[in-house]
Amino acid sequence: MYYHRGTSTLPEVGKNNGTHMVTPTLALKHVRKYFGAVHALEDASLELFAGEIHALVGENGAGKSTLVKILAGLHQKDAGEMLFENFETTFTSPKDSIDSGIAVIYQEPTLFPDLTIAENIYMERQPRRSFNRIDYEEMNSSVSSIFASLGVALDPRQVSIGLSIAEQQLVEIAKALTLNAKVVVMDEPTAALSAKEVERLFHIAKTLKAQGVAILFISHRLEEVFRLCDRVTVMRDGRFVMSDLTENVSEETLVRAMVGRDVDLSERSEQRSVHEVVLEVERLSEEGVFNDISFSVRAGEVVALSGLVGSGRSEVVGAIFGIRRYDYGSVKVNSTQLKKGSPARAMEAGIALVPEDRRQQGLVMEMAISRNIALASLASLKRFGVLSSKAEKNFSKDWALKLRLKYSKLTSPVSTLSGGNQQKVVLAKWLSRSPKVLIVDEPTRGIDIGTKVEVHRLIFELARTGVAVLVVSSELPEVLALSDRILVMREGSLVGEFERSQATEEKIIALATTTKAVA
Amino acid sequence: MNSQTLISKGSSKKTSGDRGDLASRIFRLREFGIFGILILFVGATTVARPRFLGGQNIRFILIDTTVFALLALGETMVVVSRNVDLSVGSVLGLSAFVSSNLYQQFHHVALVEVFLVGLGIGLVCGALNGLLVTVGKVPSLVVTLATLYIIRGVDVLIVGGGQVVANSLPNSFIEVTSSQLLGVPTVSIVVAVLIGLGAYYMKNFRSGRDLYAIGSNPDAARLVGIATSRRVFNAFLLSGAIAGVTGVIWASYYGTIDSTAGTGYELQVVAAVVVGGVAIFGGSGSVIGAAIGALLLNTINSALYVLGVSAFWDQAIAGFLLLLAISLDRGIFVYLQRTIRRKKVLGGS
Repeated sequence: MYYHRGTSTLPEVGKNNGTHMVTPTLALKHVRKYFGAVHALEDASLELFAGEIHALVGENGAGKSTLVKILAGLHQKDAGEMLFENFETTFTSPKDSIDSGIAVIYQEPTLFPDLTIAENIYMERQPRRSFNRIDYEEMNSSVSSIFASLGVALDPRQVSIGLSIAEQQLVEIAKALTLNAKVVVMDEPTAALSAKEVERLFHIAKTLKAQGVAILFISHRLEEVFRLCDRVTVMRDGRFVMSDLTENVSEETLVRAMVGRDVDLSERSEQRSVHEVVLEVERLSEEGVFNDISFSVRAGEVVALSGLVGSGRSEVVGAIFGIRRYDYGSVKVNSTQLKKGSPARAMEAGIALVPEDRRQQGLVMEMAISRNIALASLASLKRFGVLSSKAEKNFSKDWALKLRLKYSKLTSPVSTLSGGNQQKVVLAKWLSRSPKVLIVDEPTRGIDIGTKVEVHRLIFELARTGVAVLVVSSELPEVLALSDRILVMREGSLVGEFERSQATEEKIIALATTTKAVA
Repeated sequence: MNSQTLISKGSSKKTSGDRGDLASRIFRLREFGIFGILILFVGATTVARPRFLGGQNIRFILIDTTVFALLALGETMVVVSRNVDLSVGSVLGLSAFVSSNLYQQFHHVALVEVFLVGLGIGLVCGALNGLLVTVGKVPSLVVTLATLYIIRGVDVLIVGGGQVVANSLPNSFIEVTSSQLLGVPTVSIVVAVLIGLGAYYMKNFRSGRDLYAIGSNPDAARLVGIATSRRVFNAFLLSGAIAGVTGVIWASYYGTIDSTAGTGYELQVVAAVVVGGVAIFGGSGSVIGAAIGALLLNTINSALYVLGVSAFWDQAIAGFLLLLAISLDRGIFVYLQRTIRRKKVLGGS
């Protein structure tokens, strides 16, 4: 194991088809990047060799995204060295980076929905014939052969609107191949993929590696790091912490290096007392999306709604909260039926929803932290019909403290917070209404381990106070750690239910992925 | 692994193929729809008033369409890039007066010079719009709404209470729109060729595809290294230039030009573009579609006139078609999303 301390040099070890002591394809040395007073990167270092899959891990705010953006040419470093094939380089634009042979695959790729898949892959680099005209035939057949080599069945002539995230990533990967990319950066590529799609991605990553591509793989899921990657680099607070072969490190070592302290990843210990049914969902159906969903959640109970991305979980939750309309069925809170399609009624009845996409649905990004926290409780903070800013301040300060929010000023916009802390603000906003039913959709997606533990702790505490909690999550360890009962959805139907004591990851996966329903 | 790959290939190919067919079938249906409405109007009007299909009336329709289709050519390039140019009517008006007024001011003005002055006015106005949008980072809706008024204001200042009258214009100028080739106005043929070239350019050159990419996803366009500002600037420059040249054609056709020339054309052009299937938020559509849109709106206009229906109905019907076009787009979008999702939920069967 190697710990980097300020000025010492990095190890020159890299496995590269048997040869040792080769120069890295890409090396960052003591790179700094400041945004005004914010030090996004303090002392970042990284060495990437041809033919390796290299994991980059770290908590949110560790500087991984900034590093990726420097590699992509979106940002420029303020200090330090960047060596590409042993030459000092600065990418002043995305084009520079692309031309050098660096391909970045973002978590949610940014395609042109109106253009064909082939055009998306070859945009700005279309093969041309006489008079600089685009050679569509050449372009489409080239993409066809790439897809064939990847074992992917997509039509290059198809417009890319409606492609799933996994398919969009495949398009980006095909693009990397046409670039003859020497370096492929994958920024949390698996976050929105189903298990099957993750397998396909891994297979492709290994193929690329065999062809001598250097792959930088960024992920919050440590089990993926150990399964796929040859080496791992850990960053914390914008600094390089350690780098080693994955076979030489344990999960505990990595977590400690990421967090900088020991973290207790243990499950819930105490058995909670469970009371009367609070949320009752009966025969809920929306044609083509989900059908005949019935379940209930009791006070003090945490129930997980599990299943693959796209199995209809988020849609069911949206229907319960009234942001989606359903065709049949009913939703009851404390035996009172809710009006369908009315989030206002759902809130009145005591339901709170922490949505999956906090940036778009949970927060007003440019508004102050304090205002965001108070947003759902404005009525109680009014004095003579006017919002008291003092009351708002005290109120939000209170909640910030309870949730251990890390912030500089409560009046700064929420967008200045890290992802994990943004999630805490969304939680605070709803918790402050003392809900009877709390629905959390992907509570810790894209959140670092330290904050994850705190979010879990909050959910336990709420359940202890008698709140009925419904959690939607794609991460099975999280589902198992959090819930008393686990409901499994597949292709729009509820296909099974487990008590926590009987549930294992294998059982849930088996139920969630079997293609034909037994019943 | 091999067999697995083959299986996944076979099964998912079916769904994606279906989806491609479905989308293209709907889009073909949509252009067919515009033609359908066109034929319906022409047929119904001809039955009621046979002279509707007379040579003279068709020539009127063609020249009107020529003016709007030419403006729509520039407008489409702007709209495809997720912008809009509302100043085209004012540019047309300014260019129409200043260029044709040359004949009153100077002796011995060559036709080429008149066109160059019109083109020059258009280029200046287009450059102004382009700069404000790309360098000033002001939304094009606001920029061109402002320049719509500014340019019209300049026009009014220059024209004052005066006007250009037909008898001050030389025959060579009038012939720009009156000359015919095999019974078809020559100018219409020229413009049709220009539109064909425009469509070919938009489809077959990188700089043309860039406009679609920018309109489809501006952030992604920047990420792949498209010079977005330069492309958008050029689109406005071209739209302005085209509006300037169209001004000269307009002056030749109408002969009498005052400060109100081309007032309100911008909305008719945008309407033609949208009815012709260009997405108002950019990314898709073609200049040929826009030209068909212009033909449809002008045909309806003429049909109602021939039928003796009040001009109010003309505008109402144009508005109705606009709504139809937009809701059709929205409907297709929702429908595609639904079918794709349903297929996924039902496992592709």
